[in-house]
Amino acid sequence: MWLTNSSIGRKVVMSVTGLALILFLTFHACMNVVALFSAEAYNAICAFLGANWYAVVATAALAALVALHFIFAIILTLQNRKARGGSNYAVSTKVVAGKVEWASKNMFVLGIIVCLGLLLHLYNFWYNMMFAELAGVEGPLSPTDGYAFIVQTFSCPVYAGLYIVWLVALWFHLSHGMWSAFQTLGASGKTWLPRVKAISIVWSTVVILMFIVVVVYFALGFGCECSAACGDGCAQAAACGSAC
Amino acid sequence: MARNISFTIRYWKQNGPKDKGHFDTHEMKNIPDDTSFLEMLDILNEELIEEGKEPFVFDHDCREGICGMCSLYINGTPHGKTATGATTCQLYMRRFNDGDIITVEPWRSAAFPVIKDCMVDRSAFDKIIQAGGYTSVRTGQPQDANAILIPKQDADEAMDCATCIGCGACVAACKNGSAMLFISSKVSQLALLPQGKPEAARRVKAMVARMDELGFGNCTNTRACEAVCPKNETIANIARMNREFLKAKAKD
Amino acid sequence: MTKLNSRIPEGPVSEKWTNYKAHQKLVNPKNKLKLDVIVVGTGLAGASAAASLGEMGFNVLNFCIQDSPRRAHSIAAQGGINAAKNYQNDGDSVYRLFYDTVKGGDYRAREANVYRLAEVSNNIIDQCVAQGVPFAREYGGMLANRSFGGAQVSRTFYAKGQTGQQLLLGAYSALSRMVEAGKVKLFTRYEMEDVVIIDGRARGIIARNLVSGKLERFTANAVVIATGGYGNTYFLSTNAMGCNCSAAVACYRKGAMFANPSYVQIHPTCIPVHGDKQSKLTLMSESLRNDGRIWVPKKLEDAKALQAGTKQGWDIPEEDRDYYLERRYPAFGNLVPRDVASRAAKERCDKGYGVNNTGLAVFLDFSESIQRLGIDEIRQRYGNLFDMYEEITDVNPGEFVQSVNGIDYYKPMMIFPAIHYTMGGIWVDYELQTTIPGLFAIGECNFSDHGANRLGASALMQGLADGYFVLPYTIQNYLSDQAVWPKVSTDLPEFAEAEKSVDAEIDRLMGIQGKRSVDSIHKELGHIMWEHVGMGRTKKGLEEGIKLLKALRKEFNENLFVPGKKEGLNTELDKAIHLRDFITMGELVATDALHREESCGGHFREEHQTEEGEAKRDDENFFYVGCWEYQGDDEKAPVLHKEPLEYEAIKVQTRNYKN
Repeated sequence: MWLTNSSIGRKVVMSVTGLALILFLTFHACMNVVALFSAEAYNAICAFLGANWYAVVATAALAALVALHFIFAIILTLQNRKARGGSNYAVSTKVVAGKVEWASKNMFVLGIIVCLGLLLHLYNFWYNMMFAELAGVEGPLSPTDGYAFIVQTFSCPVYAGLYIVWLVALWFHLSHGMWSAFQTLGASGKTWLPRVKAISIVWSTVVILMFIVVVVYFALGFGCECSAACGDGCAQAAACGSAC
Repeated sequence: MARNISFTIRYWKQNGPKDKGHFDTHEMKNIPDDTSFLEMLDILNEELIEEGKEPFVFDHDCREGICGMCSLYINGTPHGKTATGATTCQLYMRRFNDGDIITVEPWRSAAFPVIKDCMVDRSAFDKIIQAGGYTSVRTGQPQDANAILIPKQDADEAMDCATCIGCGACVAACKNGSAMLFISSKVSQLALLPQGKPEAARRVKAMVARMDELGFGNCTNTRACEAVCPKNETIANIARMNREFLKAKAKD
Repeated sequence: MTKLNSRIPEGPVSEKWTNYKAHQKLVNPKNKLKLDVIVVGTGLAGASAAASLGEMGFNVLNFCIQDSPRRAHSIAAQGGINAAKNYQNDGDSVYRLFYDTVKGGDYRAREANVYRLAEVSNNIIDQCVAQGVPFAREYGGMLANRSFGGAQVSRTFYAKGQTGQQLLLGAYSALSRMVEAGKVKLFTRYEMEDVVIIDGRARGIIARNLVSGKLERFTANAVVIATGGYGNTYFLSTNAMGCNCSAAVACYRKGAMFANPSYVQIHPTCIPVHGDKQSKLTLMSESLRNDGRIWVPKKLEDAKALQAGTKQGWDIPEEDRDYYLERRYPAFGNLVPRDVASRAAKERCDKGYGVNNTGLAVFLDFSESIQRLGIDEIRQRYGNLFDMYEEITDVNPGEFVQSVNGIDYYKPMMIFPAIHYTMGGIWVDYELQTTIPGLFAIGECNFSDHGANRLGASALMQGLADGYFVLPYTIQNYLSDQAVWPKVSTDLPEFAEAEKSVDAEIDRLMGIQGKRSVDSIHKELGHIMWEHVGMGRTKKGLEEGIKLLKALRKEFNENLFVPGKKEGLNTELDKAIHLRDFITMGELVATDALHREESCGGHFREEHQTEEGEAKRDDENFFYVGCWEYQGDDEKAPVLHKEPLEYEAIKVQTRNYKN
C-alpha cells in the first residue's frame, strides 16, 4: 500500500489527517466563541454534541485521526533519524537557521506538547462531559452544562496558563503544518507557495486566537457576570479558584 | 587589494565508513584572501605532507562550481557561506576573518557513507537517476528538434530544474536526510517538457520508490535544502513531484 | 614500423560517410549480446558511446575516476554546441559548418572527418532535444541560437551558460537508462592504468580501484578510451583538477601513436591568474564576446596607471580605449577564433598595455551592450557568468559606475588567455581506431576533427558526434568477426604481466621517498610549459624547455614524496601517477612544437609570422599530421610518422578574419 510504504504516501497521510484536524479545530474554535456571547447557546451546542450516536461516531473518527497522525509522526520521525545517520554535525547550521522556520524543525516536539495538552483537555472536558454522560458518572456539575465547565476550568489560573502554553505550541505546530500539508499534497508551487503560506498562517492564527480569547475571557472572570443562568457555576468557580 | 589572514582549521578525519572519526586542527598562517577555500586546503595538504602527515581527503574536481564533486560542510553550512549560493570551490577566503576557527565536516547522512575524511559515497544519487531519470529514447533518428515546440517559459523553468548539480548539499542539510529536492528537480525538469510526458507516471513512481529503498528520509518541508542549494532549486519542485506522484497513484 | 592508414572511404567528401555506412560490416543482434566493450571515461563522448553501444546490445563496461559519471569535465563547458540546422535562415549549411571548422582549424584537420562531424551535427541536436535537454528557446517555442567565434552565422545552441552540463546530463541519463537495463556496468572511482594487448589487439585494461587501491583486470573485445585532453600538463588550465592524460599516455606507451600534440588551445576569456597558490583557471564563456567588447588603453600611461592601481577601467574615456580586435579584424571583430584572440591579447600585454597589477590582463566590457539592451537583458544572457565572476574576483561586471558625456560606464571584466583544450591526441583513422587494432579513441582524447585550432562550441559537437553517431557504427566494422573468437580470459599471462608492471611502477613511485610533494613538481612543470611551450614558441625556448623537462623528470624520479600506502585510498599516489604522465606528455608537446617549423592555429612559432604578427603556415613542408611513436622508454626520443593531409573539397589558403 503506497500510503504506508512510500515516503510521499506517508506524508500524504500526515497531511490529510492534519488538515482534517485543522477543520475540526476551526469548528471547535467557532463553537467556543459562542460561549462569549451566550451561555445558553453554548450549552445547546454541548447538548447537541453530547452522548448522541453521531457525536460519538464523530469523536471516534476524530480519535482515529489523532491516532493516525500520531502513529505516522512516530514512524516518520524514527525513519528520519535513521536516515540522518548516527553522527551529528559538530557545528550546527547557522545560515540555514535564518531561512528555516523554527517550528518546521521541531514539529515532533511540538506535537508531543500538543498531545499532552490534549490529554489534559480530555480530562477536563471530555471525561466530565461526553464520557460522564455515556458512562453515567455522577459529578458535581451536570455533564451537559458545558458552560459551567469552561467557567470552572479557566477560572483556575494554572489551568488557564497551561491552556495558553498548549495553544501557543499548537499555533507553532499549525503555522508549519498547514502549508506543509498543502505542499505535500502538491497544492503549491512557485506562485502559490507564498499564498498558501499566508493563508495558512492567517487561518491558524485566527483559530488559535479564538481559542485563546475564550481562555483569557474566562480566566479574567468575565464569564460570571454575563451569565445569570449559571449561578451555580460561579460558585463552583470560586470554589475551584480557592482550591488551586 | 588582497589581505592575508591567519586562522585555525578543524578538519574531519575518518578512516572508512565504520571508523568513528575525529577532528584534527591546524594553524593556517598568512593565507591571501583571494585564495579559494579549496586552494587553502591544498596549502593545508602541502603543509601536512611536509610534516610527514597524511593529507586531508576531500572530493573536488572542476573548481568552477558545476561538477558537483566538492562537498564540504563548512562552519555549519553545506558549501560554506557563499554570497551567491555557490559550491565549496567557489568560496573564497575573503569571506573569513583573521583568527577564525573554521570547522570542516563531511556530508553526514546514512545514504552517503564516508569513504575517507570528507569524501563520501554519493552513488545513491546515481541509483535514483537510474530508476527513471530519463526519457527512453534510443540513439538514432528522432524527429527534428523544432518539431516539438516548447514555450519559452516552460523551457526556462525546465532549465532551472535541470541546473541541479547533484552535489548532495540538500541531503546534507536536511535534518531528515531526505533527497526530495534532488529527485524532484529531475522529475520536474522532465514533467515540464513534452518529451517527458509519456513516461511521467512511471518515472516518478520508480524514482520515489528507489529513493525510499536507498534509505533517504521523508521530507518534512523544513526548506533547509533550498536554503543551501548552490543552484537555487526550490521546493516548488517538490510540490510538483508530489503532484505528479499523486496523479500517478490515482491512475493505478 | 606501423603504417598509418587513415582508411578514408572513397567518393566525394559529402558522400563518404553515407557510403561508409552503406558498406561497412555490421554485427548481427545475437552476436552483439556476446560482445563486450570497455569504455573508459564518462564525459560527453564516453557516456554517449557507452549508452549507444548498450542500446545496440553490446555489453559495456564503463569506467570513470569520479564518484559519478555526471562529474566528467564536459559538464563545465559553458557556451554551446554547433549544428548546421540553419534555423536562423542566415545561410548556414553542412558545408559551411564543415568549411568554418576546417578554416578555424587552420587547414590542419582531416577533411573527411570534419565533413562527417558537420553532417551528424544536426542529429545531435535532435537527439538531445528528445532526451529532454532544455535548450534555450524563443517565445514562439523554437530553438534559439547565438553566434560564436570563427563563424558568420548563428548556429550555436545553448542552455544558459551551462550547455555542457545539460548535454552531459542528457548523455548521463541515457547511460543511466542502460545501467538500469543491465547493459552497461559502471565502475566509478576506477582509473585505467594500462591497456592489455594480446596478439596485437587491445583485449582489456588494468584498472585501479581508487578506493581500495587494488589493481583489477578487465577483458573485452574492444577498448574505447574517452579520457579527454592533456591540458593539465600546464598545471594551470581551465581543466578540472582530476583531468589527466594517463590513460592516453598508457596507450601511447603501448604503441598507439600520438598526433599533433603541439596543438594546444589557449582560451582568450579566462579570469587572470591572481597568485601562486592558485590551483586552476576559471573560464568565462566565449559567448560573452557576443556582447562584450575587448579593449586595452590606447595610451601607455593609462596602462601604467591601471597596473599601479591609481586608475580603474571606467576612468578611461571611450576615445582613449583601443578595441584592438575590432580594429585589427573588422569583419569578425570580437568574434575572431580563439587562437587569434589569445595572441592579440598577448601581443598587447607584451607591449605593456596589460590592465591589472601583473600587466597580464585585458578588459572585457559590457557598457555598450548594457546601454543598448539594458542590464536585465544582459543578465538574462550572462547572469550566472557575472555572478561567478563576482564570486571569484569581488567585482560585479554589471555594476554602473558613472555617466560621462552621455556615455555610461560599467565595471568591466578582466580576462586573460589560459590553456583550455588540446586539439592533439591519440591518432585515429576514419573509424576512430588507433594504431592498435581494437583500441578506439573518441572525444577530446583523439586528434581528429579540429586541426590546429578548435572553434568555440565544437568540442561538445565532436564529443557527442563520436559517441552517439560515429563510434557505435565504426566499431562494428571491427567487431563483426569477433563474436566467433572465444572470450579472452583475464588469467592470460599478458594480463598478469601488465598488472605486474603497473604494480611495480606504483611501488617505484611510493618508494622514491624524496622531499617534494606532487603539486610542487607539477607547478614547476606548469611554469616550464607556459614559459617555453606556451602561446608564443621559439626554437631556442623549446630546446631550453625540453632540457628543463628532462631535468624535471629526473627530479621527479629522485625526489618525489608520496605519503601513505598504496593500499586504500591515496589521492597523492593518484596525482603522482598523473604527474609522471604529464611530464612525458609535456616533453611530447615540446618535441612536436619544436619539429613543426611553422605557425598554425594554436601552435605559434614566433619565427614564423607575417609582418602584422599573424600566424604564417608552411603548407609546403608541414601539410601533414605529425604522429609520434613511443620508443619503449620515456628517455628515448619518440619517432615521427607523417600522415599527409589530402584536401579535395576545400582550397587551402591563408586564414583571413579581417574582411
